[in-house]
Amino acid sequence: MTDLKNIRNFSIVAHIDHGKSTLADRLIQMTGTVAERDMQEQLLDSMDIERERGITIKANTVRIEYPAKDGETYVLNLIDTPGHVDFAYEVSRSMQAVEGSLLVVDATQGVEAQTLANVYQAIDADHEIVPVLNKIDLPAADVDRVAEQIEDVIGIDATDAVQISAKTGVGIPDVLEAIVTRLPAPKGDRDAPLKAMLVDSYYDAYLGVVVIIRVIDGVIKKGDRIKMMGTGGTYPVDRLGVFRPKMQDIAELGPGEIGFLTASIKQVRDTRVGDTITHEKKGTDKALPGFKPAQPVVFCGLFPVDSAEFEDLRDSIEKLALNDASFSYEMETSAALGFGFRCGFLGLLHLEVIRDRIEREYDIDLITTAPSVIYHVHMKDGTMVELHNPADMPDLTYVDHIEEPRIKATILVPDEYLGDVLKLCQDRRGIQQDLTYAGSRAMVVYDLPLNEVVFDFYDRLKSVTKGYASFDYQMIGYAQDYLVKMQVLVNDEPVDALSTMVHRDRAEARGRAMCEKLKELIPRHMFKIPIQAAIGGRVIARETLSAMRKDVTAKCYGGDATRKKKLLEKQKAGKKKMRQFGKVEIPQQAFINALKMDD
Amino acid sequence: MATEPWQSGGFGLYLHWPFCQAKCPYCDFNSHVQAEIDQSRWKRAYVAEIARVASETPGRVLRSVFFGGGTPSLMEPDLVHAILDAVRAHWTLANDVEITLEANPTSVEAGRFRGYRDAGVNRLSLGVQALNADDLKRLGRLHSVTEARAALDLARDTFDRISFDLIYARQDQTLDDWRAELTQALTYAADHLSLYQLTIEPGTAFGDRFSRGRLGGLPTEDLSGDMYFATQELCEAAGLPAYEISNHAKPGAESRHNLIYWRGGDYAGIGPGAHGRLTLNGTRLATDTPKGPLDWLRQVETTGNGESLRQSLPLKDQAAEYLMMGLRLRDGVDLAILSALGGINKNKIKWLEDIGMVETTPHSLRTTAAGRPVLNAILTELLPD
Repeated sequence: MTDLKNIRNFSIVAHIDHGKSTLADRLIQMTGTVAERDMQEQLLDSMDIERERGITIKANTVRIEYPAKDGETYVLNLIDTPGHVDFAYEVSRSMQAVEGSLLVVDATQGVEAQTLANVYQAIDADHEIVPVLNKIDLPAADVDRVAEQIEDVIGIDATDAVQISAKTGVGIPDVLEAIVTRLPAPKGDRDAPLKAMLVDSYYDAYLGVVVIIRVIDGVIKKGDRIKMMGTGGTYPVDRLGVFRPKMQDIAELGPGEIGFLTASIKQVRDTRVGDTITHEKKGTDKALPGFKPAQPVVFCGLFPVDSAEFEDLRDSIEKLALNDASFSYEMETSAALGFGFRCGFLGLLHLEVIRDRIEREYDIDLITTAPSVIYHVHMKDGTMVELHNPADMPDLTYVDHIEEPRIKATILVPDEYLGDVLKLCQDRRGIQQDLTYAGSRAMVVYDLPLNEVVFDFYDRLKSVTKGYASFDYQMIGYAQDYLVKMQVLVNDEPVDALSTMVHRDRAEARGRAMCEKLKELIPRHMFKIPIQAAIGGRVIARETLSAMRKDVTAKCYGGDATRKKKLLEKQKAGKKKMRQFGKVEIPQQAFINALKMDD
Repeated sequence: MATEPWQSGGFGLYLHWPFCQAKCPYCDFNSHVQAEIDQSRWKRAYVAEIARVASETPGRVLRSVFFGGGTPSLMEPDLVHAILDAVRAHWTLANDVEITLEANPTSVEAGRFRGYRDAGVNRLSLGVQALNADDLKRLGRLHSVTEARAALDLARDTFDRISFDLIYARQDQTLDDWRAELTQALTYAADHLSLYQLTIEPGTAFGDRFSRGRLGGLPTEDLSGDMYFATQELCEAAGLPAYEISNHAKPGAESRHNLIYWRGGDYAGIGPGAHGRLTLNGTRLATDTPKGPLDWLRQVETTGNGESLRQSLPLKDQAAEYLMMGLRLRDGVDLAILSALGGINKNKIKWLEDIGMVETTPHSLRTTAAGRPVLNAILTELLPD
């Protein structure tokens, strides 16, 4: 066990690509925590998806031992927090588990909206914050301007900002010294009853559920019987350890320390981020504040392209759910798509991550139906129905009004793209709340309906600003609006997987755009196919996909029979990758791509 | 004896000559460029194979012989003569036997026409491909428009029947270009025309350029559809209606050899990479031979058998082939044969009739004029699962 005064716990706050993972790699490397030969990029991001997308989904921790200039050796615990708005709650818990943050800002780019959101969380968690200016080796680096921006926009003193290049290693020793000298040591009472925070957890095929904890008070030892105060579960501690970043067993963890435990916990679902862990006997009776169960906000249907794969899908979803308490699912039947699941996610990134993992790790081709938020449908009899799926929309004659969730979106954008961003927000039914400038960059705050953001808002924002805008949001509540269910009919048959809730004023434009998109996405058939959008029984947009003109093999003689037959069989098999709606075959990607608007 | 399905198609012999002067960029046939060819060695191999196949098909009447390639007009007339002598010695030939040879219309090859005729060839199929100099060059052809016209004139004087090929839907070709070119072609007094839309095949020079995005100017689906229909209209008006997707003939001048393929007949394949379909002892067999010219030659010389594959075709495959080949014909397929092969899917046929793609008579199933250009889509519905 380490003395409190020799412990420093910290997180790194940064925008994607500003060098958080590289800095973490560098700190680990420079303190000899990992042997040179075991070094690999983004050490802390363990999932393929994390590495590929350059994002962190699960919190990771690493314990670094650092002999400081004062002659003492310090234990530095880094918690690498998730870096996306979908995981804001997880971020907030990770922040509570440490006392300070390194604010890493790319000296060539400046402060981004996501940095802001996370830095505010760090400030909310009473962190001491050390600004770090990264990428100073690049010619475009403008240290003075960015330091000034940190002071202006965030309001923290950047005079002593550490200047580094995580890539080349310049300034890394200064970062280590700053952690020791400028961040506070944790507080805690070794003799008090055990109180530890469940920071995150994940499933390991060999160890079962691994729980990352931060001890606040008391001491936890191997063999202790512990209790999760939120869920009530009790478990014996099988194994206790720290990440360096490989697992290393340890006899006990005391106040201020961060490590992991395993305790024969079967499912990650049994462990809730933010929960308080104490001893089963003589435990604390005061749980840590701020614990809340995860709430999915975006819903969509997941169906196997090949209906024979339904059981495989069920299996994969159940397995993923074991490892992710924020992911919900229930069986769904669609007239057109057969059996599948209605799934709930923290946000669109979360949805994409889960979908990718099912397709990749379980090799199942999926049809993803239009994502939906939760609408509050107020009935005339005074009751309220939570609508997760437009297909379940009650009969309008019984509906009094509908409310939809709204968010507060914060967007930071260079001046020259401001007009495009305002137009985008306006088009998405946004209400402007604030517009301020920090240097040549504008910060706009909009009140937006979540359903306008949920799908492709972020993609559109990146596209209209050539990637220079950054975006963050938080839920602010529900508001009534004129919302209708829009159906899509292909060859006069309604395709429920394409039904969406839209604002009445936007219905024509959305309907037209969807019909045009589907016309591109559905291959030509032997007959022409009307594609229509309708509200109730009224058609509001229509396109016609013309009939196939030419699909025939020019030459086919005796010597071609075998080969041409194989080609035709391949063409026939290709049709199995599509879903049949009446006589029309719709390709898998059409369902999700039809919703992407080029406005 | 009950008749077997192949008999409505008849029996023919395909001989593959695998060499060309140069490889054309669009061609995915089994063709090779080789400087020195020992034609007498090839003669021995062909003659030996003819004897072998004939011994398996005693008593059959041969309806047709087809020299395909490669470029069979690179064969010495003596070689063709020796092969046809062997054919005549081993099989009974139909009275109206059709003996076709594919030829390129260069002046050198035209010099051999008389020799081929004297050997017994009675139908010449000329690979003209285009009637303008730029496109001939782009298609990698070695002849000129003038040579093609001269070869056609000579062929007409030499053979009973002639046909020639054109490739359309070429790079940068407009609908008007093609109409003008086809109109011109129809004045050349052939009794048969094969008009193929350019197809980009993988493994060819065009295929390679296409996959790298460097083969521009190809027609859209709509334009190639328009070109197809213009072709039907012009040929029909000139008295050469389509009897198959890409083949047009004066009534009675249809290629009897190719009809064997399309009607599900039997054919022996001799030469490198030549496929065959033979019904022996009530079993329909698919046969194949080594593709490499020397591989085939050596195998024939050392083992006395040029086949590399012989397998029985399951009924399902027979039905698929019968549909795939037969629906190419204007007259379609015989429902009795299709039924015997277990290839009838009543619901699909009914639906395809409803949308105007096929039509049935009491005895046949055939595509409509609208269905023919989308035959692949029709076939993916009708092929047995």
